[in-house]
Amino acid sequence: MATADIGQSIASRRAEILQEWGGHLRDAGALNSGRIKQSELDTQTREFLDLLIKTFSGSGAEVEPHRRTLRQNIGDISRSRAIQGFTPTETATFIFSLKQPVFDALNRDYAKDPAALSRALWAVTELLDGLGLHSMEVFQKSREEVIIRQQKEIAELSTPVVKLWDGILALPLIGTLDSERTQVVMENLLQSIVEHAADYAIIDITGVPTVDTLVAQHLLKTVAAARLMGADCIISGIRPQIAQTMVHLGVELNVVSKANLADALAAALRATGRAVQAMKTPASGVNGLSASKA
Amino acid sequence: MAAPVSDTMPIQSSDDIVRVRQEVRRRAAEQGLGIVDQTKFVTAASEIARNTLDYGGGGSVHLEVVTDGLRKGLRLIFEDQGPGIPNIELALTDGYTTGSGLGLGLSGSRRLCNEFAIESEPGKGTRVTIARWK
Amino acid sequence: MDRIPILKMGRALLITIQVDMHDQMAIALEEDLTTKIAQTGAKGVLIDISSLEVVDSFIGRMLDNIAAVSRVLDAETVVVGMRPAVAITLVELGLTLQGVKTALNVERGFEVISRRLQDIEAEDGGAGE
Repeated sequence: MATADIGQSIASRRAEILQEWGGHLRDAGALNSGRIKQSELDTQTREFLDLLIKTFSGSGAEVEPHRRTLRQNIGDISRSRAIQGFTPTETATFIFSLKQPVFDALNRDYAKDPAALSRALWAVTELLDGLGLHSMEVFQKSREEVIIRQQKEIAELSTPVVKLWDGILALPLIGTLDSERTQVVMENLLQSIVEHAADYAIIDITGVPTVDTLVAQHLLKTVAAARLMGADCIISGIRPQIAQTMVHLGVELNVVSKANLADALAAALRATGRAVQAMKTPASGVNGLSASKA
Repeated sequence: MAAPVSDTMPIQSSDDIVRVRQEVRRRAAEQGLGIVDQTKFVTAASEIARNTLDYGGGGSVHLEVVTDGLRKGLRLIFEDQGPGIPNIELALTDGYTTGSGLGLGLSGSRRLCNEFAIESEPGKGTRVTIARWK
Repeated sequence: MDRIPILKMGRALLITIQVDMHDQMAIALEEDLTTKIAQTGAKGVLIDISSLEVVDSFIGRMLDNIAAVSRVLDAETVVVGMRPAVAITLVELGLTLQGVKTALNVERGFEVISRRLQDIEAEDGGAGE
């Protein structure tokens, strides 16, 4: 059957094909970025070609498993290319630059039989094109995964919860508050409330550009969730423009609010029965505090 | 031993609602959903199961693992042959701050799921489909 | 049918919900609690839900009801130990349990109730008990 012959044809010129293919990839700049080393590339091309040979050499029931393995192989390569930041073209070139060397091999072996050559070329084209499309799909999906993961990380990094004092937490919000972010904020805040057994959480919104009805809803949700865990919230940092917008929109934040974080901290300290006092003999500067052992 | 990928459970008593909660929780954990997502989905399942029992006169829920090639998730299909919901739009709009439980708890459940669909006609029963993705 | 045990601790009642309750259990709890508050003259009710992985609208309403009934019977209800995932879910559902006091854990919950008991004692102090 033709395919077994194709397999043999490729196998018999294995070294040549690998060399040509490697050359094409190098010319196309596969190693320029430095993200992949020559040895790695060699391993990948070798593995792929051997799987390709197996796919064409088998017959009957053997073919399908080999095809699947081949598909998986190119899928893995594409995924790693996507994660490493290669372009779609660079990734697709991996497969498509194999066509020429393989066609050369087939040309030589089937020179005397144009009809068989044509069938062989078609069989190889069909397989490689299919794998090329698959590699692009995997590439695309992998890129999306990376973006989603990065978005999550950004959301988490930008919502730190800080312990200001025993039982008093601060949550400085920077940037817009959408529903995705609100989820992360709530999780972080509630987790911190448990860890620090907090009574008060000060949510500072100095860094939140606008507070419309949606953002207000998100803030209220966060406050309600904290309340369910036994912690009261204070909102601080409402800028004058924000206050105006809120009044115009009819937004009501039924939470204690203070102009700034310092006021909010003072209020929380009072509420927990503490006060800040001046010392009889002040320390000399911040360094003085650690040096004096009073 | 792996549990079957799809399954149908009866909802004919309040004990059944507890069983549904526990099975949904187990499968959600199996699919690798985080604890918050698990809790949201199990709670939504509980709400809808209760509706199926209290308003639908009892029914069943079909559980299946679903995948779109890259992500995996869990889908639940609740069905009953009850009186049906006359005005679905209205049932889905109890205000966010109400929470008085007067409505069918549907709008709240919708917010807890990634996918939510209701098919219902007076006299033809109700089918609610919900899903949560990892 | 199992009923949830209610412990008397001084002038407060402590309920620890450890099982995934079905609806009849929740209804029975409301009834038992109402009776017990009246019987004992308890001034505080502490409900520990730290074992609950799911609180849906039915249980939420049960907590609201218990708080409302207790208030009428001159007792204060404090729900303690809500898990973060549960709190986030309740808020998304739109159930904020406005009429219910909450605390992080049993210890804190007792502090809340003690404060109230002290206030009451101070009032009674004048009138004698």
